[in-house]
Amino acid sequence: MADPDQERRKIKSVRKMKEIMTHYYIAAKTAGETGKKIAWITSGGPVEPLIALDVIPVYPENYGAMIGASHMGVDLCEKAEAMGYSRDLCSYARADIACSTVDGGPIGGLPRPDMLICCNNICGTVLKWYEVQARFYQVPLFILDTPVCHTGFSTEVHNYVKRQVEEYILFLGQVCGKRLDLEKMAEVGRLSIEGQRLWQLVLDTTVHKPAPMSAFDAFFHLALIVTLRGTQTAIGYYQELLEEMHTRIREGIGAVPQEKYRLLWDNLPVWYRTRWLSEKFAAHGACLVADTYTSAWCGSMKYIDPAYFINTMAEGYSRIYLNIGVDQMAEQVIAMIDKYDVQGMVMHSNRSCKPYSFGQYDIRRIIQERRGLPTLVLEADMVDERSFSEAQIETRIDAFMEMI
Amino acid sequence: MITVGIDIGSITAKAAVMQDGKILAVRILRTGYHARNTGDLLFEGIVSGLGMNPSHIQRIVATGYGRKSITFADQAVTEITCHAAGARYMNPEIRSVIDIGGQDSKVILLDDTGRVKDFVMNDKCAAGTGRFLEVMARALEVDISEFGSLAFAADHSASISSLCTVFAESEVISLIAKGESRENIIAGIHDSVAARVSAMAGRIGWIPPIMMTGGVAHNCGVVRSLEKKIGHSLKVTPNAQLTGAIGAAMIAMFTRG
Repeated sequence: MADPDQERRKIKSVRKMKEIMTHYYIAAKTAGETGKKIAWITSGGPVEPLIALDVIPVYPENYGAMIGASHMGVDLCEKAEAMGYSRDLCSYARADIACSTVDGGPIGGLPRPDMLICCNNICGTVLKWYEVQARFYQVPLFILDTPVCHTGFSTEVHNYVKRQVEEYILFLGQVCGKRLDLEKMAEVGRLSIEGQRLWQLVLDTTVHKPAPMSAFDAFFHLALIVTLRGTQTAIGYYQELLEEMHTRIREGIGAVPQEKYRLLWDNLPVWYRTRWLSEKFAAHGACLVADTYTSAWCGSMKYIDPAYFINTMAEGYSRIYLNIGVDQMAEQVIAMIDKYDVQGMVMHSNRSCKPYSFGQYDIRRIIQERRGLPTLVLEADMVDERSFSEAQIETRIDAFMEMI
Repeated sequence: MITVGIDIGSITAKAAVMQDGKILAVRILRTGYHARNTGDLLFEGIVSGLGMNPSHIQRIVATGYGRKSITFADQAVTEITCHAAGARYMNPEIRSVIDIGGQDSKVILLDDTGRVKDFVMNDKCAAGTGRFLEVMARALEVDISEFGSLAFAADHSASISSLCTVFAESEVISLIAKGESRENIIAGIHDSVAARVSAMAGRIGWIPPIMMTGGVAHNCGVVRSLEKKIGHSLKVTPNAQLTGAIGAAMIAMFTRG
């Protein structure tokens, strides 16, 4: 029989979320029949013009997360390695490239793209990854180059990215054979910002003690702000989720029974071990109340003016968490430490994600100096399970909790 | 109060019996295939060796990779906390511990009260661990216990550049083929372990006095290479390999029910 306490603790919106995602993937998989075009796009890519043009955006990174969570990562990574790709390459890239060549993977593979949209604000690997896929599928590729904003955002960079946004609109016009309706675009922009605002409000509910949800829940509910950003569906869902979180707060339902310690997570999830990790920390009374990853989809909202979305999106897409300097990243982490009142930080040193993992030891040093906060580094990979050593990770978590 | 600390490591299992902060007995076995049976054997052997029976033991703390397999222990504590406690027991001044065991190496920083302040461990890789040295000893057909003294007879240290145990082994084999002396190769192996561990230590820094613990501390060649690399002397006690077990027995005394 189900444990009543556990049942009470379950987030009810999960079911709705699964329904939405199922509909989304069905619509994408049947695009050939409905005459809609499919664009593959990077997770931090400018999706709003696609929505305004009625193109279905599909995210290989979201699919990578599905591959990881369904334990299909190792097989696909090995397949990519057999094709000649280095094991040091990102496991999302390896899994996606390999998946394209086989009839397999979760949901039987992604629908064939009509175009590829690559924005390098999240990493440099996507450039080569998308070039490989553009050659494989023989489809046009658009690259939006967003220089790293180490210390600030210069006029030159702004003009450079803005110019590319204009080219992007032209590119889409050519591929879709129709012009972007500016009114519709403005509406999608407004919905996008509204979705981000609501997602941030959902994340903010964990300021409450006990936190009504954890970062592990956020990793799941994140899917809509990534895939359906700019749609009413995402807004409706996050309104409901926010309401559920407020109810949980009113009823004193926490993500973790007896929350004793509050921690901050850094980097992508370990997709094939989210439950294990969540239970491992919960056994110590520790809740990962916030993370730097899921908030990345609303962190640069302040740079975008919803009334002038198309004119200000260049800045919003350039100044996301992974495209700024380490000092600024540390500032954001410190702000989160204070906001969510955490006692420690857990850093996933992710073999796959170099830009995310590269500055971690500096950020760790900065937060130790500024907040005296203990930090745990877990070496793993988001999709490739061969880089996960259970005994070592378990010892580190136990030792860290003994230390706190 | 009589307490027992049991440290089930990846290569050896260690136990210490302590009475009110004094060591009554210690024992070391190979862990072997069955950690749980080894733990049983270790416990029965050490207790009966003292002419006692299990009812004399008031509290047992298990540590090491096999800590959860010791079902008769009252508590499982990680080797990080236990090595810190053991090192402080052996020398209350210690502020940093470098522990190199069979399958992992770690650096632990203590605050001035002896609590763990920070730690860092090797990643999923055998380089810089006791296992690495065992593989090399096999390739060189030398008993691991002779490694330290042989290194002192080297006229220079052969360069081992690979970070990976498997590649380093083939590098060692090619050095043998080139006619490099066994002593020089061993010195090179020690330097490579020292380089690996000091790079890891660099992530969190170290505060002297530093103690080296774990079985590899008995290899004076590694100790010397590490001292040279980090520029500090290392304190090593004859009980270095037992530090985790001793720490566990001490923790058992302080955390009594």
